[in-house]
Amino acid sequence: MLTFTFRRLVLSIPTLLFISLAIFMLLQMAPGDPMAQVPLTVPPDVKQKMREALGLGQPVHVQYWKWLVQFFWIEPQVFIDWLTRESWTLGWLPDTSFAEGKLRVISWQTRGPVMSLVVQSLPQTFWVVGMSYVVGVLIALPVGIYSAYRHYSIFDQTGTFITMVGFSIPPFFTGPLLIVIFAVQLGWLPSTYNTVHQVVDWDSFVIQMKQMVLPVMVLALQTTAQISRYMRSAMLDNLKQDYVRTARAKGLRESVVVMVHVLRNSMIPVVTVIALGIPAIFGGAIITENVFKVNGLGYQLLIALFANDIPTVMTLTFIFAILIVLFNLIADVLYGVLDPRIRYD
Amino acid sequence: MTDAPLKTPEPTVDRVSEAKSSSQWRDVWKQFKRHKGAVMGGGFLAFITLFVLIGPYIWALEATKLDIRAKDMRPMYTVLWNGEAKVGWAHPLGTDQLGRDLLSQLIEGGRASMAVGWAAMILALFLGTTIGVLAGFFKRMDFWLMRFTDLVLSLPILPLLLVAVTLFRQPLRANFGPEMGMFILIVGVVGITSWMQTARIVRADVLALKEREFVLAARSIGTTPTKIITRHLIPNVMSPIMVSATLGLATAIITESALSFLGVGFPSDFPTWGKLLSDAVQRMEQFPERVLLPGLMISLTVLSVNYIGDGLRDALDPRIRGR
Repeated sequence: MLTFTFRRLVLSIPTLLFISLAIFMLLQMAPGDPMAQVPLTVPPDVKQKMREALGLGQPVHVQYWKWLVQFFWIEPQVFIDWLTRESWTLGWLPDTSFAEGKLRVISWQTRGPVMSLVVQSLPQTFWVVGMSYVVGVLIALPVGIYSAYRHYSIFDQTGTFITMVGFSIPPFFTGPLLIVIFAVQLGWLPSTYNTVHQVVDWDSFVIQMKQMVLPVMVLALQTTAQISRYMRSAMLDNLKQDYVRTARAKGLRESVVVMVHVLRNSMIPVVTVIALGIPAIFGGAIITENVFKVNGLGYQLLIALFANDIPTVMTLTFIFAILIVLFNLIADVLYGVLDPRIRYD
Repeated sequence: MTDAPLKTPEPTVDRVSEAKSSSQWRDVWKQFKRHKGAVMGGGFLAFITLFVLIGPYIWALEATKLDIRAKDMRPMYTVLWNGEAKVGWAHPLGTDQLGRDLLSQLIEGGRASMAVGWAAMILALFLGTTIGVLAGFFKRMDFWLMRFTDLVLSLPILPLLLVAVTLFRQPLRANFGPEMGMFILIVGVVGITSWMQTARIVRADVLALKEREFVLAARSIGTTPTKIITRHLIPNVMSPIMVSATLGLATAIITESALSFLGVGFPSDFPTWGKLLSDAVQRMEQFPERVLLPGLMISLTVLSVNYIGDGLRDALDPRIRGR
């Protein structure tokens, strides 16, 4: 198992390199000019100098190489510096200064490091997306289990119908719909997500929870729909197996049969589906983040795209790619760990 | 008709062989009919298709025609609870802030959304089937094609779609006109980014099929690989292809609407369902129907397509079909 994990880790490096190259080449073909916003009174030779200052004068492969160095070599150094200086886990170590004076990936919009943009928006994405995924999974599992156990019952029929609907309604429709119902008509919840809100006491915590309800609901509906369908079909497959009959014949209680024997076997595919769905939900959260104005990664990506801010777009897209490759790996490894019948070597 | 000689006089024969012999597709249709949701979905999809196809001939009002005097009209049904609402039979579903008729916009927008959906689905199926069959049939290409499929599967699709659409909007618009250019672009990017599942399923099926005796028989009488693929393999992998076709249609419609919603879709005077929805979001407190109606159209179409896919999957699975 360890060799398999290691082999997959090594294999994911060329994959990531290829993906970064693909994104880079796509962005190279972009017709947009980062100087488009500069006033027309600026003379052309000054504009040319500004372009060169942004690193645009060099050939393509040099630009790509510089980005690679910045992303994989300098940014980790910055991270190590931060760890030894400010973080409370490793702050006792002597201060390092690996990244002193080195050029980081700079956003063309803010003229600041892209990574600080990422660090700012990552918590919002994690809070909203992560919370919605947890809520979605927590609802989906019992629904899936019960509707498989009571196959063709009213609960199963309604559950299947609702998951089908949740599957089909796009988030850019549920989002505005929920805003109209809960924020405008009923006035219970805020319609947008206030990203600068700080949790200091109980009241502000309640406000934070309130503003998270709507985006979490929208995202959780999608998650619930997908995962409960998987859970239901996995349970259905296992409930028909012979070992279930044996367990019942032995006189085991029904709750033990279903919740221990069947559930543990059915969880194997479902756990991998849950792991595989995590990067997809980050990507899909772009729409939800836009509907509720959550200042997360997806929102930043869209702003950067419209502003022709190529380094930010490149870095953010690549972060999404890293998430996908990472969780694919986790899903594969989990599958092997959970199911002893699967042997990769 | 032709089954008369099949009947055997022995009384011990079981009932299956006495039953009228039927082709595979008739069995599939019989099973499909038993799935209530799938039949309703099929009916609704047919209705929507007819609605957008012959709608413009019945409701001949132009979708992009401005009529500023008749702006902000409400749909007829608002009279039920609000007698003073500005309604009229000239615009049964109301008009938007520029006086464009909502019904004809829905018809016109449906045409665009459905056209994008079908075209992108067909492109994705074509790519997926080609790559899947090639990888399954020719051993030499298998490794590289499947590595390529895995690579594409690990690309962040929605961010890349956004990037591609924003970047290539201008050149394609300049070459093919604003609407056609956008159509080509969206169909292209959605098709290119959604063929992978089809390719995987088709490859797995082809790998199993090509070891079967009928392929060996075909090969032994000198059938060329091209003929084996087109005559023997493709018809046998039709069922997974059809199931992924329904999924592809649903995804393509949603993706197009999502792109329009994020503001990178078709130009603003060209209605699609997603575009109508996103344009109306700002004023949805006063005019909820402008969000609800296009949103319902998208959701119901996707729902019906998903139900058809569900029914097809059950109908095409021989393990379930017998029951």
